[in-house]
Formats: sequence, structure tokens, C-alpha cells
Amino acid sequence: MIEKELVIIGGGPAGLSAAKVASEAGMKVALFERSFSLGGQLIKQTHKFFGSESQYARVRGIEIADILINETRKHDVEIFLNATVVGLYKDNIITVYQDEKYFKVKAKAIIIATGASEKFLAFENNDLPGIYGAGAVQTLMNIHGVLPGKEVVMVGSGNIGLIVSYQLIQAGVKVKALVEAAGHIGGYLVHASKLRRLGVDIITNTTVKRAVGNGKLERIVTVKLDDKWQEIEGSEEVIECDALCISVGLSPLHQLLSMGNANMLYVNELGGLVPIKTCDYETSIPHVYACGDVTGIEEASSAMVEGKIAGLMAAKHLGFIHPNYDSLEAELNQQLCVLRQGPCGEKIRCGLKKVGEIYD
Amino acid sequence: MRVDEHPILDFKHKEKIAFSYNGKKMFGYVGDTIAAALVDNGVMQFSKSVIHERPRGFYCAIGNCGSCNMTVNGIENVKTCLTLLEENMIVESDKAEVIIND
Amino acid sequence: MIEKTGAATIELVKSKFPDKHVLVRPKAIIECYKEIPCNPCETSCPFDAIYIGSDINQIPRIDFNKCTGCGICAQACPGLAIMVAMIKDGKAYFKIPYELLPLPIVGERWSAANRYGDVLDKPCLIENVKKTKDRTTIVTVSIEQPYLYEFATIGSKL
Repeated sequence: MIEKELVIIGGGPAGLSAAKVASEAGMKVALFERSFSLGGQLIKQTHKFFGSESQYARVRGIEIADILINETRKHDVEIFLNATVVGLYKDNIITVYQDEKYFKVKAKAIIIATGASEKFLAFENNDLPGIYGAGAVQTLMNIHGVLPGKEVVMVGSGNIGLIVSYQLIQAGVKVKALVEAAGHIGGYLVHASKLRRLGVDIITNTTVKRAVGNGKLERIVTVKLDDKWQEIEGSEEVIECDALCISVGLSPLHQLLSMGNANMLYVNELGGLVPIKTCDYETSIPHVYACGDVTGIEEASSAMVEGKIAGLMAAKHLGFIHPNYDSLEAELNQQLCVLRQGPCGEKIRCGLKKVGEIYD
Repeated sequence: MRVDEHPILDFKHKEKIAFSYNGKKMFGYVGDTIAAALVDNGVMQFSKSVIHERPRGFYCAIGNCGSCNMTVNGIENVKTCLTLLEENMIVESDKAEVIIND
Repeated sequence: MIEKTGAATIELVKSKFPDKHVLVRPKAIIECYKEIPCNPCETSCPFDAIYIGSDINQIPRIDFNKCTGCGICAQACPGLAIMVAMIKDGKAYFKIPYELLPLPIVGERWSAANRYGDVLDKPCLIENVKKTKDRTTIVTVSIEQPYLYEFATIGSKL
């Protein structure tokens, strides 16, 4: 069995940030990523980030990915690509699947930064080809330069739905409408305004009733919802489109933690099943830490800060004290407080309270 | 269908490579995943549901959903969204036999 | 209603503008209507004209006495929510951040759109196009002054 000091699972914003800080503290880090490249979902974020300078505000996500990847190179992090971690067992042992082979790795500490997956929506024919996750469309057009269709409808007005709609327009695709089941826009209004001034109709209190097509999507039928989220009879409308993007939220990729029998809690505000963790980000499994979207859905800015804290703490508990430990710890926690402070952070504050973290 | 020009991104001209999909010759570019190349070639159906054999397309693109699993160079259940296209790859709709225990 | 439509009403828009007589010089109009954790407008301003403070969720406040209308904040804003406005010789001039193709060319006439995406009755004239390294192009346009509070972006070439 291969032995490693610190294993990080997931090479997105949280995992890469954890790798940087733990390396700085003097740990030898091995990072496992199931994709063929590092960066997680940052590598398709063509927009400039929000937050403050410490979270790379006004830098495009694609450039933040480059910055974080270069840091891991600088610190000699051992990278395993195309390597899916399929098991988490007792005594900090993981099973990795790579090149059609399985192998085991034993670590002194493990940081789980697996991120999240896109939620699905229930409606008739929701499995017709041409119906995509909004993030999948972003991958297709921003990484590969391949377009999902000519005329798209977006479902969901959270930041992902708003941002991907704008990016579809930037790639030359017509966005016919954005429908939102709630009575108001979910994401940042500045993103919504960008779409609206380009003439994209944002239709609230409306959802998709059914998809129609022979072997592939040809049109959708929308329906209005009342205040109790019930369909209003006779309010159906047909929209012709060859692609439909679903953007109705993310849920944490908790499977490894669940498999390892970590204490978990279903928290709606955090997107699903999340681990209960200490203020040092340690789960109920000793020396197994978690950070980023797997502990609750937030923006990538928070995931980067959380990753740094997890790296700092995992190292400290094994006796590797970061040279700037004290100032870093205080500063990073302060950054998270600020990111979660405003009205946009209300949901996450409420969710974190349920798993024992207080941000007031 | 590819992006012509983009205000933020540069899609550098990459080397064209040939592959086959269910016996039909297709082309993609170096750096494409198999799934991206298939969508570009107009392939919408990637797999079928197990019981009702409903067509399934490309859904999550990050290795979660399993809708894009195919047989690649004889290996079954390959996640085509996470697998880079290579010259002369043989891509086929999955033929893996599914056994359902009721 | 902006929470439903994504478009600010004229009253909201006007609340972000200084008095017209101030607009003889260019001033930044910051259309940030909801508290979000973000502060590049404040940190990018070379004249300390924009204030958010340590709680970066606060809505930016601008001091029009200090603002020179340089447009650096318009380029920095990740939400593309800042434009620079000015009135001169009966025309309204705007610098807007633009991240779409094709880029306009100086001297062209383009349709103009309001915050709902409706095309305005009068076109605008492309006065200047400043490409930048970070790919947010700053486009300067002029349009008849009555469209001061309505103009939001350029549509397509006429």
C-alpha cells in the first residue's frame, strides 16, 4: 500500500487552496482529481469574480484557476489526474481508480474537497437529449468551444443560471427565456440586469411542465405557479428550443464521507447532506477534514478560503505549524465572516448554524 | 457546432483527429473530450435508460450522472465526458449487459 | 420590481445619478442595487471617490466631487454595473463596459437599448472604443440628452 502524508481529494478551488497552505506548512501533499485537469469548475468561469482582493475579486475564474494551479506546482504537490477516489475506509485509507486499475493509499490526514453536483428537476420527459445541466453547457462551450444548440431556455435564476445565460449569449447562442419558479430572482441582481438589458425575458413564478420532442428536445411547455407553488391551470405556454439548461441548485458530493461513516446532517440551506465538523474543519472521522462545497454550497470565493483553513488545520494537528499560523488563522476566518455577512449570506449562515457554526 | 469567435476566450486552432462512433467516421480536435466531440458532430443520444430504453443525452459533464457512459476501444462504461479523445478511438454506444435483480 | 424583472425602474436609476448640472463633467453611475460581497469598485478607484468599507456587502457610495469619470471602476466592476455619464451640447455621453462581439467601430451608428432590452427610438453614435487587456472593452457612445436615464447598452449596428 502506498503511504502519503496528506491526501487531498478534489482539485478545485478548495482542494488547490488547501494544498497550497498545507505545503507551506511543510507537509508533503498528494492531490487526487478525477478529471484530466486541475481547477475544478473554475476552468469554465469566464466572468470576473466578486468578493475582495484576497479572493481574487475582478479576476476571471479561468485566470484564478491558473494562479492556483501554478501555486501547487511551486510547492511540489504530487498530482494524480484521471484518478477517482472511490472508497474511504477506516484508518485513513482510500481506494483510487486510475487507468483501469485500483490501488490503495494510506494517509496521515485526508482533506475532502469533492465539491458538488447539479440538482435535477422533475417534469415530464426531463431525460430528453438536449436537456443539460447549466454547468455542463458551460463546460461544453467555455472549455471545448462546442455549442449545445441554437436556441436555449434556462431554468433557474440563481447565479449559475444567470451567468451561464450571459455566457451563452457571449458564445453566440440565443437565450429565449429564463424561467424561475420563485416570485423573484435568486442570484445577484447585477447578473440579472446584464441579461435583461440584452432583451432576455426573465419570467418568475413559472416552471417547466414538460419537454416535447422525438428522441431530442424540440420545445418545452411552461406553466405559471401560484403563491403556494401550485400550477395555474390554463397558463401553459410553448417555447420552441433545442436546448434546455437546468440550473436549480447544487448538492454536496458527500458520498465518500457517508461511506466513511462520518456524522452527517441533511441541511436544506447547505444543499443537502453535509458533514458535522469542528471549527478546525475536522469531520467526526479523526484526521479527515472537509472544505468547500462538500460542506455546504457557496461561492468559489468561500471555497478557496475554507480550503486554506482546512490545509492550515490538517497540518497543525500533525505538528506542522504554518510559519504565519496565527495571522493566517485570524485573517481567513475574518474573510469568511465578511463574505457571509450580508443578505446574500443569510441562507448559508442559517445552514451553518444547524451544523454548529455561528456567524452573527 | 463550434464557437466562431469569443469576446473573452481564444480557442486556438488545434489538430484535427479522426475517430469512429458506432462505425461512422467522425472528426474532433486534440483537447476535446469524447463527449464534446460527439455533441459537435451532432450526436444527441449517448445512452439508453436500463428498463424503458429511453434515449439519454449528455447531462452533467463532470463525471457524476453516468448518462454519457459508452464503450471506448472495447472498454465498457467509460465516462466520455472525462475522457480525452484520441486518434482512431473506437466509440460505441454501451453494450454492457445489464442484469436487474428484482 | 427589479427583483422580478432584472431591470431597474427609472426612479431607481435616477437615485444613482447626480443632478444634471454636475454631469457637465463625466461621473460614474453605480447601478448596484442589492448588497453583495464585492468591492473592486472601491479598491480600483484612484481618487478614493467610492466607499464601501470593511463590510464588503455594503452598497457602494460615491462622492461625485471626487469622481473624475475616468471609468476605471466601470472596467473593474465584475457585475458590469457601472457606466460613466456626461452631458454636453444637448447630448448624453456614456462609457459602458462591453463584453460581446462584434465590437463596434468609431463612427458607426448602433441601436440603443433601455434596461428592459427594449430598443430606443433614437440610435447612438459610437465615439470611442477602448480595448483592454482584461477583455472588458470600454465603449463611449453619444445619444440625445432626453435618453439620459433610459440608455443602458448598445444593441446592434445599423
